[in-house]
Amino acid sequence: MNVRDVANLARIELSDEEASRYQEQMDQILHYVEQLNQIDVEGIEPTAHAAAVFDIVREDVATGSSISQEAVLGNAPETAHDQIKMPKVVE
Amino acid sequence: MKVATLSIAQLRSAYAAGDLTPADALKSVAESIDSVDGDIGGYLSYDLDLALKDAESADLSLPLGGVPIAIKDLINVEGHPCSAASKILDGKYQSPYDATVIRKLREAGAIPFGRANMDEFAMGSSNENSGIKPCRNPHDLDRIPGGSSGGSAAVVAANTAVAALGTDTGGSIRQPASHCGVVGLKPTYGRVSRFGLVAFASSLDQCGPMTKTVEDAATLLQAISGACDRDSTCLKEEVPCYADAICKDIKGLKIGLPAEYFAEGLDPAVKVKVEAAIKQLESLGAEIHEVSLPNTEHAVATYYVIATAEASANLARFDGVRYGHRAEADGLIELYKKSRAEGFGDEVKRRIILGTYVLSSGYYDAYYTRAQKVRTLIRNDFQEAFSKVDVIASPVSPTPAFKMGEKCSDPLSMYLADIYTISANLAGICGISVPCGTVPANGKELPVGLQLLGKSFGEADILRAAHAYEVS
Repeated sequence: MNVRDVANLARIELSDEEASRYQEQMDQILHYVEQLNQIDVEGIEPTAHAAAVFDIVREDVATGSSISQEAVLGNAPETAHDQIKMPKVVE
Repeated sequence: MKVATLSIAQLRSAYAAGDLTPADALKSVAESIDSVDGDIGGYLSYDLDLALKDAESADLSLPLGGVPIAIKDLINVEGHPCSAASKILDGKYQSPYDATVIRKLREAGAIPFGRANMDEFAMGSSNENSGIKPCRNPHDLDRIPGGSSGGSAAVVAANTAVAALGTDTGGSIRQPASHCGVVGLKPTYGRVSRFGLVAFASSLDQCGPMTKTVEDAATLLQAISGACDRDSTCLKEEVPCYADAICKDIKGLKIGLPAEYFAEGLDPAVKVKVEAAIKQLESLGAEIHEVSLPNTEHAVATYYVIATAEASANLARFDGVRYGHRAEADGLIELYKKSRAEGFGDEVKRRIILGTYVLSSGYYDAYYTRAQKVRTLIRNDFQEAFSKVDVIASPVSPTPAFKMGEKCSDPLSMYLADIYTISANLAGICGISVPCGTVPANGKELPVGLQLLGKSFGEADILRAAHAYEVS
């Protein structure tokens, strides 16, 4: 693994010090995880969830109360005109 | 009367006798926090005024009427801060709603009081990854309280809380409970709603009680269990009466001992305590059987692929856009990268990067799908074992609480300390840690926990066994 490339995919900026430290730690962790390759998993189904529950559905109607716009915007770092403000996306 | 020294049951008796009011109780707990918590760091904050307002309408006839409960800092309580002990949220987020567990606690009469310290985003086994401040073990301030629910365990142990809620993704309730000498129960996956909890690894996370007694754990679990419209993984399984369950004896209860959990790596002094506890269970009428969980050795590797993969997806929401820390930046991508770089701590960054890698194109099958298949093998081990026994007994942690700083620079050695707790999360079953004595270290006595694992929705069994042991 190249830690810098993956951090870029994960949208985390790394300092040079972090990149070199994580690289060493990650190599060690991945080496440990390699043990999974030794196990015979032929014909074994993967477990995504411990409880086998599928397709929980309900009527398509609004239920309960929703959070007020004021409460939501109260946590936003920057707002304008009752909306969340962002830097320009398209140059 | 120092209220925070009481159990839930004792506090309720004091209310019933008319000895004090919920407002008195809250003020007393706040005094205990002010006098003791400075050295421990179990709380990130508390809001006495908000709690006193809740106390005005407290209905003492309810099962938790007027009982203050400390809340792990990743559970949303309306009007309270919720930071998951991360700088990315600290001081920048106030919960606009109650998590389902909080709604249920309120319906049972409880008063959420105090934000318990934790490892940032619940990632850690020592509480040293808190992005806000360290938390120390009340039994020895040079040692870790365990993690990630280290604050929840420490405040119950230090008598600065009556009881607390924690969460457990790989042992984060049971391991700190063991290290701090309190009771901690991780419910079955699907027993308790996770709506309103900051998600770490969604196929593993569960919320549960951390208390002074098994009876209290039963009371608190009763209040928070049950189906939830807003968490489709929370199952409609009937909730039995846990108070009834703990009244029963354990004659004929079949307890399994997995050889793999008593093998190399287990501290001999811890082993002695756990084995003595098992002997005690046997003398109370339980039948002891050998069982085998052969894939135990692969649990840590499996967990660190699955948990980090899920974390990398869950933590994508912390991007500096809608809430939390936003960095100064010139464009959108830079805003994401800098906000996350400045807001997240080391362990969180490492796990997001690892999780992103195991999910990335070309590696997905080799790591993630393979780990999910090994997870099936681990589940099958438990299914096989539980076809023969009702409960599995083991240590919680291979050692007592280690010293602060001891494992900080070596994440892998920290991960390996979770060897006995992680499998239960992968299998989705329930588990409890109950204190089983102390071992001496450097002139201090350090608590040791006995772990009792139960079948899916077998909380009544492990509570019954833990209670029988505790009162014997």
